[in-house]
Amino acid sequence: MFDLQGFGPQIAYGAWMTVQVAFGGLLVGLVFGLAGAGAKLSRFKVLRGVGQSYTTLVRGIPEILIVLLVYFGGEDIINRIATGFGYDGYIEINVFAAGVTALALSFGAYATEVFRGAILSVPKGQIEAAVAIGLRSRKIFWRITLPQAMRLAIPGLGNLFQVLLKDTSLVSLIALPELMMNARIGMQNTKEPFTFYFVAALIYLAITSIVLIGQIYAERWANKGVKRASS
Amino acid sequence: MNWEEIFIALPKLLDGALLTVELVLISCIVGFVIATPVALMRSSQNWWLRNIPLIYTYFFRGTPLLVQLFLFYYGLGQFEAVRESFLWPVLREAYWCALIVFALNTGAYTAEIFRGAIQAIPHGEIEAGVAIGMKKATLYRRVVLPRAIRMALPSYGNEIILMLKSSALAYTITLFDLTGVTRTIIARNYLAIEMYFTAGVIYLLLTFIFIQVWMRLEKHLLRFQKV
Repeated sequence: MFDLQGFGPQIAYGAWMTVQVAFGGLLVGLVFGLAGAGAKLSRFKVLRGVGQSYTTLVRGIPEILIVLLVYFGGEDIINRIATGFGYDGYIEINVFAAGVTALALSFGAYATEVFRGAILSVPKGQIEAAVAIGLRSRKIFWRITLPQAMRLAIPGLGNLFQVLLKDTSLVSLIALPELMMNARIGMQNTKEPFTFYFVAALIYLAITSIVLIGQIYAERWANKGVKRASS
Repeated sequence: MNWEEIFIALPKLLDGALLTVELVLISCIVGFVIATPVALMRSSQNWWLRNIPLIYTYFFRGTPLLVQLFLFYYGLGQFEAVRESFLWPVLREAYWCALIVFALNTGAYTAEIFRGAIQAIPHGEIEAGVAIGMKKATLYRRVVLPRAIRMALPSYGNEIILMLKSSALAYTITLFDLTGVTRTIIARNYLAIEMYFTAGVIYLLLTFIFIQVWMRLEKHLLRFQKV
């Protein structure tokens, strides 16, 4: 049963790939999110406009369309540019890079809002205190604002990571060999679609459950220094 | 940008958008009908009533929609019993499969949203209902449900937008929704960027229109809160 007619290892490899794509998307997406929040809270109108259009566009377009757009559209753009420079071959872009970028784009757009809210909730007095003891603005951000904003952002980011985990299944549609893709290969060879997709569903369920538990611990860890009102 | 090709493709894309809207509308209505009793069970005092629907919401919220679609559309045919049952003419059709899966999926998310709202109703309001002698059914019909749905409106609106975006997956089981039509057009004219861009704009427009309608609805239903 667990051998899955010899496709067990492939499914396991797919699950590992899914985890890699998810963490890749998380890391790059956090960078996008921070940059987006920075842009939206910026003093400059242009940057605010860029941040605003990023979140509006990406949050209004289906994730799968972003995945397809980054993969096929990205390839299209690169080849149009290459042809413009007189290159007549065909350039293919890496599926993993395209998949991670697409997922990170969509994660980052939502993370922008989470970070923005969290940064705005850091008490003003904290920053004034930092200014008063003569910290420079970059140091204030890394030492004072970000650590405190992170604590407030963890619940929101955790939920977004759950969404990201489930969205990794979308990159199977651009033929990245993750869990869904390998389940499909197994199903095509054995003609047992239910078995394979059900196993895939259970693995996803296991991954999301583990992340959920991790989320609880992360929140507990982040709130270590905060006194809670006891009821 | 090849604007001419975009104009040629536009009528077909709008046809696809129509199917997208139809899928979202029907599945959200059915999802709402599923979610209400599930949310009531999930917020019940009885352990069994509370935790049996958890299997449903946990599965549908913990796995990707794509897996659910494939499990229903490709998976169910594996069983002889399903293929010979009277349901097969329905389950064989991609359209019905998509509707069933979308409705179950959004139903699970909506149920958890409603549960949160039901549990957030101030105790005093329920106690007041009990105090003036409302029966349990009346209490739910007159106090709990109307109050919970109003509280859940913002998150429920978000869920419908997420459903609108998720409905793009219908193309993976051969349906010609907006994304499906876009892909067939690209297969013919190879203008990936132009066509995906146009589809993206249409999705944005749909989201925008929905938000406007939803804000009106919120304003109407929450008019008592006006100071």
